[in-house]
Amino acid sequence: MTHHDFPLLQGTINGKKIVYLDSAATTQKPQIVLKGITDFYTTANANVHRGLHTLSARATAQYEAARQKIARFIGANDKEVIFVRNTTEGINLVAHAFAKSRLKKGDIIVSTVMEHHSNIVPWQLIAQETGANLCFIPITEEGLLDMQMAMELLEKKPVLLAITHVSNVLGTINPAKELIRLAHAHGTFVLVDAAQSVPHLPVNVHDLDCDFLAFSGHKMLGPTGIGVLFGKQTLLDRMHPFLGGGDMIKEVHLDKSTWNELPWKFEAGTPDIAGAIGLGIAVDYLMTKGMDNVFRHEQELLAYALQKMKGVKDVIIYGPGDATKRSGVISFNLADIHPHDLTTVMDEEGVMIRSGHHCAQPLMGALGVTATARISISVYTTKEDIDTFITALEKAQKVFRL
Amino acid sequence: MNAEAMYAETIMDHYRHPHHYGALPVANAHAHDVNTSCGDEIGIQMEIKDGRIADIRFNGKGCAISQAATSLLTDFVIGKPLDEAARLQKDDVLELLGIELSPMRLKCALLGFKVFKLAAYGYLGSGEYND
Ligand SMILES: Cc1ncc(COP(=O)(O)O)c(C=O)c1O
Repeated sequence: MTHHDFPLLQGTINGKKIVYLDSAATTQKPQIVLKGITDFYTTANANVHRGLHTLSARATAQYEAARQKIARFIGANDKEVIFVRNTTEGINLVAHAFAKSRLKKGDIIVSTVMEHHSNIVPWQLIAQETGANLCFIPITEEGLLDMQMAMELLEKKPVLLAITHVSNVLGTINPAKELIRLAHAHGTFVLVDAAQSVPHLPVNVHDLDCDFLAFSGHKMLGPTGIGVLFGKQTLLDRMHPFLGGGDMIKEVHLDKSTWNELPWKFEAGTPDIAGAIGLGIAVDYLMTKGMDNVFRHEQELLAYALQKMKGVKDVIIYGPGDATKRSGVISFNLADIHPHDLTTVMDEEGVMIRSGHHCAQPLMGALGVTATARISISVYTTKEDIDTFITALEKAQKVFRL
Repeated sequence: MNAEAMYAETIMDHYRHPHHYGALPVANAHAHDVNTSCGDEIGIQMEIKDGRIADIRFNGKGCAISQAATSLLTDFVIGKPLDEAARLQKDDVLELLGIELSPMRLKCALLGFKVFKLAAYGYLGSGEYND
């Protein structure tokens, strides 16, 4: 769709054209994002919200413009878009500033076995602190959420449902909207881990009606170090700050302080200004393509890759067989070959794939494996990338004498 | 080193048919460790008799490199005096493997060795082992 916009992808590794199939870990960045970051530092760099001079005004305007773009991108209002470092920090913010004060001994938090560690560990910590119980929705054989069990768990009126929109291992697209409706019917708040959905499909927080939603800029063509937490304004207004410091205050006295307005109440200290601006440009880029088109492009490649992989002997594919139920992530194994060994052989061919537990050890347990290999695609992935990957897979078969 | 050389017949053989794999009914030295960056995991049990490694078994999950390296290591140390085997160096283990490795894969190759040292020094009582 846009391969030529990405400078890194024009290079070679081991004398081979780079085939980057690890976009779920982090995406490559288009030239305009790289240029935008350099432009900021060369023409507008200053601290935000704390100077009256021209440069500070410029930096503040660009930083806040980025917030507005992101708000429009996900259907939120500006006050509901909080800049954080990444998805992980967004989830931790909700755990500490929202969940902790609402939970008491015996209360329930519900999550799923297909979560990334970043949507499990913060809840374990909060559960330990508050005496709440943490329950998990299991998955079916096919790698879909067990909706029957989801319903049963929601009957127990948990305080919070923390759920991934798209699995970073199986690619499963969860029925987030339906789950949120069910949860709300039981008085349960919902946090959506959108790290793998916002970069790949149209997401509208208003339509989803989620209470919180977190994602990372670096997985959606933006730089590392910047992420977003969306929260409903009515909830954010009533929450205590997460981190204390500069920028997040209105007035500070030695004995007490008052908090700044939203969203700054949750942005203590100098933020990643260039990162936010870079992410704003990445969002422009995606909006110009249109998220419907991005999704369609990735679905086509996903279906193509699945079909090709099924034709390779000894390939075991995890997750929904039905391509329409998943996004552009395919976890697999090749016979008895450990995914690390497979990755090494692929790397030699210039094909970058991921192997390991993908920060989802409980899910590995549910799948009955310790690790998988994974390919994941993005806007810049091409059919040729998939073809080169398949050729490398066939080479691996020879290397491992399968 | 290219992939064919790295995954030579011997390595794949040790991976598919590891030597001394399993558990010992009587073990008086043992250790276990995980490579946090990849989740590979190896446990080693030994029966030390009269200061010698009378028997050794390993178990765990991992890539061909980590499994083959550990399998080769068990072949090498079985029957040897424990204090002598405990003095083995990283390079000795890499020599057993006989392949060149990238820094990322070095960890795989040395996981079993690390566990072996932990077990050996645990038994010898110094308790000291520096990675
Ligand atoms: C589903 C999911 N949630 C959360 C994360 C964590 O993202 P980050 O490391 O950017 O905080 C990831 C990243 O791998 C992910 O795939």
